[in-house]
Amino acid sequence: MGGAELSAAASGAGAGGAVVPPAGPGRNLVRDHARAERRRRLQAIGLVAPLFLFLLFSFVGPIADMLRRSVYDMDLAGVWPRTAAAMHAWDGNGLPPDSAFAALGADIRASAEAGRVAVAAQRLNYPISGGRSLVMNMARRVEADDFKPPADWRAAFLDADPAWGSAETWSAIRRASGPVTDYFLLNALDLHKDAAGHISRAPDGIFLSILWRTFSISGVVTLFALLLGYPLAYVMTHSSGRVAAVLTLFVLLPFWTSLLVRTAAWIVLLQDQGIINKALMAIGLIDHPVRLMFNRVGVVIAMVHVLLPFMVLPLAAVMRGIRPETVRAARSLGAHPWTAFRRIYVPQTMPGVGAGVLLVFISAIGYYITPALVGGADDQMLSYFIAFYTNETVNWGLAAALAVVLLAATAVLAAIYARVVASRGGLVT
Amino acid sequence: MKTRLTLLLGAALALGLAGAAQARDLTVVSWGGAYQQAQNKVYFTPFKAAGNKMIDESWDGGVGILRAKVQGGNAGWDVVQVESDELQLGCEEGLYETLDFTKIGGKDAYIPDAVHKCGVGAIVYDFVLGYDKDKIPAANAPKSWADFFDTTKYPGKRALRLGAKTNLEIALMADGVAPADVYKVLKTPAGVDRAFKKLSTIKKDLVFWKSGAQPPQFLASGEVVMTSVYNGRVDAANHDDKRNFGIVWNQALYTIDSWVILKGSPNKDEAYKFLNFVGKPDYQAKLPEYIAYGVTNKAATPLIDPKRLPDLPTAPDNIKNAISLSTAFWLENNDRLTERFNKWAAQN
Repeated sequence: MGGAELSAAASGAGAGGAVVPPAGPGRNLVRDHARAERRRRLQAIGLVAPLFLFLLFSFVGPIADMLRRSVYDMDLAGVWPRTAAAMHAWDGNGLPPDSAFAALGADIRASAEAGRVAVAAQRLNYPISGGRSLVMNMARRVEADDFKPPADWRAAFLDADPAWGSAETWSAIRRASGPVTDYFLLNALDLHKDAAGHISRAPDGIFLSILWRTFSISGVVTLFALLLGYPLAYVMTHSSGRVAAVLTLFVLLPFWTSLLVRTAAWIVLLQDQGIINKALMAIGLIDHPVRLMFNRVGVVIAMVHVLLPFMVLPLAAVMRGIRPETVRAARSLGAHPWTAFRRIYVPQTMPGVGAGVLLVFISAIGYYITPALVGGADDQMLSYFIAFYTNETVNWGLAAALAVVLLAATAVLAAIYARVVASRGGLVT
Repeated sequence: MKTRLTLLLGAALALGLAGAAQARDLTVVSWGGAYQQAQNKVYFTPFKAAGNKMIDESWDGGVGILRAKVQGGNAGWDVVQVESDELQLGCEEGLYETLDFTKIGGKDAYIPDAVHKCGVGAIVYDFVLGYDKDKIPAANAPKSWADFFDTTKYPGKRALRLGAKTNLEIALMADGVAPADVYKVLKTPAGVDRAFKKLSTIKKDLVFWKSGAQPPQFLASGEVVMTSVYNGRVDAANHDDKRNFGIVWNQALYTIDSWVILKGSPNKDEAYKFLNFVGKPDYQAKLPEYIAYGVTNKAATPLIDPKRLPDLPTAPDNIKNAISLSTAFWLENNDRLTERFNKWAAQN
C-alpha cells in the first residue's frame, strides 16, 4: 500500500532479524558476528536473486535490446556486407567508385538468392521515397535466369533506374551501412541530415508536436485526477467504516475490469446518442448533442476514470497515517478551519500527492488504446506511433528511437518534479 | 550426493522439456471471434474427426510478433492466418516456409489472387461502404464513395478507418478516379495531395474507428450515417443482431487473408495435411453459411447456396467494380503516408 506502511514493514523485518551475539571470549565474538553477518547477507541476496534474475531476463534485457536498436543499425550491413565495406572506404563525395557498384550488384544478387534482399530494401525505403521498389526491381533483374553479371555494373544499375545515379541515393546507402546510425533518433526529433551532413528541421516532422501532445494530455489527466481524487481520498479516510468500505470498492472496481470494457462503456455514455447527451437534452439544458467523443474531451474523461485509483490509493494511504490531533491542535490555537486544513493537513499529505501524481502521469504517458478508441485522429499519443511502427510497418529502428525520446523526456520531467517536490519537503520515496 | 541428484533432476527436466517441444500438436492460429468459431465448425472439427491432432489459438496480427516468434526459436505456432501485407513482408524476411502447392491440390485449384510463394489464400473480404437501411430509404440509397462525401444529400457524421490506408483510395474514387487507376494516381505526389484535399472537404464530419467491431456499433447507435466497414461485420450485425444495414458493393476494396507455415515448424507434414484439408471445395463451400467471406478454391463457389451468394465479396456482381487493396503500394508508403495523415489530422 502506502510508502509509510512499506517502510515500517521493512524496518520491522530488520529489527526481528537482528542477530544476538553469543556469549564467549572477545575474539570469537567478533568472528561469530562477522560470520553471522555474512550469512545474513547471503540469505538476503538469495531471497532477492530470483526476482532480480527474472527482471533481468524478462524486462531489463529485452528493453535494453529494444533501445539499442535506436542507434545500432545492421539491417543493411548484415545483408550487404560487401557494399557496407565499400561504403566505409568511400569518402561520400558525389558518386562512389565502380567497385562500389560492383559490390552492391554482387550483394543484391546473393541476398536475393538467400531471400534476404527485402530487409535491406526496407531499410533504404526509410530515407529514400520509393527505395523499396528501387532495390526490389534491381533484385528481380539480377535474379532472372538469363542474367549474366555485367562487366560494367554502373551502367547496368543506371540502365535499371536513373535513381541509382543520384548522389542522394548513395549518400543514403552510405549512412545506412552501420553499424551505428543517428538516422532514427534524428527522425524521432523531426531533424533531417542532408548529404553534406548538415542537420536541419525536417519540414514534415510530426513527432515533436506529438510528444508535446502526449505530455499535455497526460498533464491535464493528472490534474483532473488530483482534483477529483483528493476530496475522494479525504472522504474515504475520514468517514465511518461502512461508507469507507463502499467508497474503496468503487475506487477499486475499475481495477478489476478490463481496459477495453471500461473504454467501451465510456463510448456508450459519451456518444451523440449516448446516455449523457440524451439526459442533458431531456432536461432541456442543450438542444443539440454536445461532442463528448472523438475529441480531446472524451480522451481526458476516459483516462481520468481509468487512472483515478492510482491517485486515490496512495493519497488515502498517506491520509490514514496523519494524526488528527495535529489539525485539532491548530484549531485550539485559534486557526480558522480552512487555515488549519491548508497549513497543517495539506502539507502532511504531500508525499501522497507526490506519489499519486507521478504514478498517474507516468501511466498516462504510455496510453494508446483509450485515445485510439474514444479520441479523434489528432488525439493519438506517442505510444500509438511506437505500436504502429513496431507491429504494422516493422520499422523497429524508428519505434526504438521514439521510445528513447519518450523515456528520456519522461526521465527529465520526473527528475525536475522530484527536485521541486523534495525542495518543498514532500515526496518521500 | 546432493549435486548428483541435482544433475539427475536437471537432466530429467531438460529431457522432459525437449520431449514436450517435440510432441507438440499442430497449432493453428487464426483471428478469433465469430470468424474462428465458423472455422472451427467448418474446418477444425472435421479435421480432428478425420483422426488428426491439432489445437487452435488466436492472435491480433502484426508481423513484428511473427518475427519475434520465429527469430526466438521455438515459435509454438505452426500454421497462421495472416493479412496480405504480413504475408508479403514475412515472406521476404524469410519467416515462412515456401509453400509446395503440389501438396495442397496444385496452384490451378485456387483463384489467382490466392496463390503466393509463401501462402495460400483462405478468405476474400471487402472493405465496403455501409449504411443503415432503416435510416436511409431505398430510393435515396448511396451508390458510390462519391455519396459518402456528399454531406448535403446525406447530412451527419461518417466514419473511416484510423490511418491513411484505405482512406486515400476511397477519397480518390470519390473524386472521380476509376477504380482501375487508383494506385496509378496515388503513386504520384499530386495524387496523394488530391486524396488529402478530398478528405479535407468532409473533415469536420469525419470520425475514425480503430477496431473492426466499431463501425457496426456506430451505425447501430446512430452515431454515423455511413462508414467504411468490413463486409463480414455488416452481415454479422444483420444476422445476429437483426439489424437492417446495407452494403454498397460498387468500388469496394477487396483483400485476401492467407495461411502460412512458420519457418522451422516441427509439424510441417501435419501442416500440409491441414492446408490440403481446408483447401478442399466441399469444406470451403460451407464457410459462407456462417460468415460472409468469399473462399479461394475455384471449385467451391459453384457449391455455395445461391441464396447466400449475393452476400459474398466473390459473387460476380459484387466483385465487378472492386479493386484489390495493393500490398506493394502500402509496404512502400505506409510509414510516410501515415505521418502525412497525422499531420493532416492535426491541422485545422
